[in-house]
Amino acid sequence: MPDSSTIMSPALDIEVIRKDFPILHRTVYGYPLVYLDNAATTQKPEQVLRAMDDYYHTINSNVHRGVHYLSQRATEAYEAARQKIADFINARHNHEIIYTRGTTEAINLVAAGFARKILRAGDSVLVSAVEHHSNIVPWQLACEEREATLKVIPVDENGVLVLEGLDRLLEGVKVVAFNYVSNSLGGINPVREIIQAAHSRGIPVVLDAAQAVQHLEVDVQDLDVDFLAFSSHKLYGPTGIGILYGKEEWLHRLPPYQGGGEMIKTVTFEKTTYNDLPYKFEAGTPDMAGAIGLAAAIDYVQTLGLGNIHAAEMSLMSYALDTLRGVEGLRLIGNAGAVDRAGVISFLVGDIHPFDMGEVLDKQGIAVRTGHHCAQPVMDRYCIPGTVRASLAIYNNREDIDRLAAGIRKAAKLLLG
Amino acid sequence: MHMTIRGQQDEYIADFEFLENWDQRYEYIIDIGKKMPPMPATSKVDQNIIKGCQSTVWLDAEFKNGKVYYVADSNTQIIKGVVAMFVEVFSGHTPKEVLDAPVYFVEKIGLQSYLTSNRSNGLVAMLKQIKLYALAFQSKSMQS
Repeated sequence: MPDSSTIMSPALDIEVIRKDFPILHRTVYGYPLVYLDNAATTQKPEQVLRAMDDYYHTINSNVHRGVHYLSQRATEAYEAARQKIADFINARHNHEIIYTRGTTEAINLVAAGFARKILRAGDSVLVSAVEHHSNIVPWQLACEEREATLKVIPVDENGVLVLEGLDRLLEGVKVVAFNYVSNSLGGINPVREIIQAAHSRGIPVVLDAAQAVQHLEVDVQDLDVDFLAFSSHKLYGPTGIGILYGKEEWLHRLPPYQGGGEMIKTVTFEKTTYNDLPYKFEAGTPDMAGAIGLAAAIDYVQTLGLGNIHAAEMSLMSYALDTLRGVEGLRLIGNAGAVDRAGVISFLVGDIHPFDMGEVLDKQGIAVRTGHHCAQPVMDRYCIPGTVRASLAIYNNREDIDRLAAGIRKAAKLLLG
Repeated sequence: MHMTIRGQQDEYIADFEFLENWDQRYEYIIDIGKKMPPMPATSKVDQNIIKGCQSTVWLDAEFKNGKVYYVADSNTQIIKGVVAMFVEVFSGHTPKEVLDAPVYFVEKIGLQSYLTSNRSNGLVAMLKQIKLYALAFQSKSMQS
């Protein structure tokens, strides 16, 4: 597959891709839908819908339990999906892939494990100033439980993490958790530098890749990251399933998260022996259809090629930034350019409240997100109540961006008039 | 003389029927918000905030000559307009009238999304607060 840097013009035909997504062809309030809320969730291609439908039509059965034919076919498909996910992020072993309900649960699993086994009073946890609440609150809970301290890597006015002084910040830190791409501003964070700095002190790193895996090639071995979390539903897959990757040695060190079926080897009232990885962390009947849907989504993405996706999205992002900069009164929040940004554009227009803008865009069939994007500390940093966020996926085209710009102009006329 | 609670709601419904497209309706809502008397600084304080996820609404009420009068504001123009309609509908009536009144204009004019998506704003909480003020004034007037 060609590297994204060598691709000069997008190799994908977006109009062909759009045909794979049935929902894109519906109308909203009489307008053709413009869906620009992809950082919240992406739409699903026919291939994913069909894979899940097929699962329920032909092999639905509980996994790892039955001796019967269907259970064996379901187990094979479910474990083949795990292998596919491991390959997708280049994990060394497929037992380093833990199925969760999503990124949030994955981070909670790690934070709870650290609270129970590793954190002690007086220790610290380091997060960044551009985190989603789901990468702040689990660590706050862990810190409260252990009388540890939560520390924060600061962000500058351009939305870039300030790494000066990072080494000092790392003192006393037992784990660093931050996002690859900020969900509220869209900037790609200096992942390698932070991991390197943490590792030089022997500190493990948890990477929230919820806004990264759909836009960039992610290789956990190359990054040498200790934990990585992402959600299926932002990667064109079904909702309700996500992934925690953990290095084998770290997953062995953490205690089980929840108790129940599947995660045990033997149970007596005196002592329960836990199952091996990855099952130790997978209590209860899992989301089989979800795993199979996610595998189909990964197939879909890999058929297009993440390098091609990245190139096409970067080209559209560049067009979008140019177009939006031309809208009178519009100011971007977070100043990353098309190259160091993935998926997300946050903005405000004049003194229009983001809610008002979102409402008026909605009435024109344009779906964007408004508000604080579950990242209140980021909004506080800029002293704003929230932003309007347009976020891109591979099926968005220039027409979507033109409709957005026209929609913003119309809204501004109404709301500033 | 104030219109009845039903009468004011019916008037809004009739006005909206006359407006053909969504931008005219928004203009109308925003305009109502702009015409609402400014909220006195003594009322626009933190303890009168009904905080939603995205918008902030301030609501206060006073009891004069047996009737409830509401004042309100919001930091978003559209919500402010909707809030102004509530203020207009419920102000100048007895607590009993406020408590007994059905609220149907919101749904009739197609603004129900503001009431159902309770994550996005505090309008449900605001309607509850309107009724709570009335309830408080009612029990106060019964005691005296």
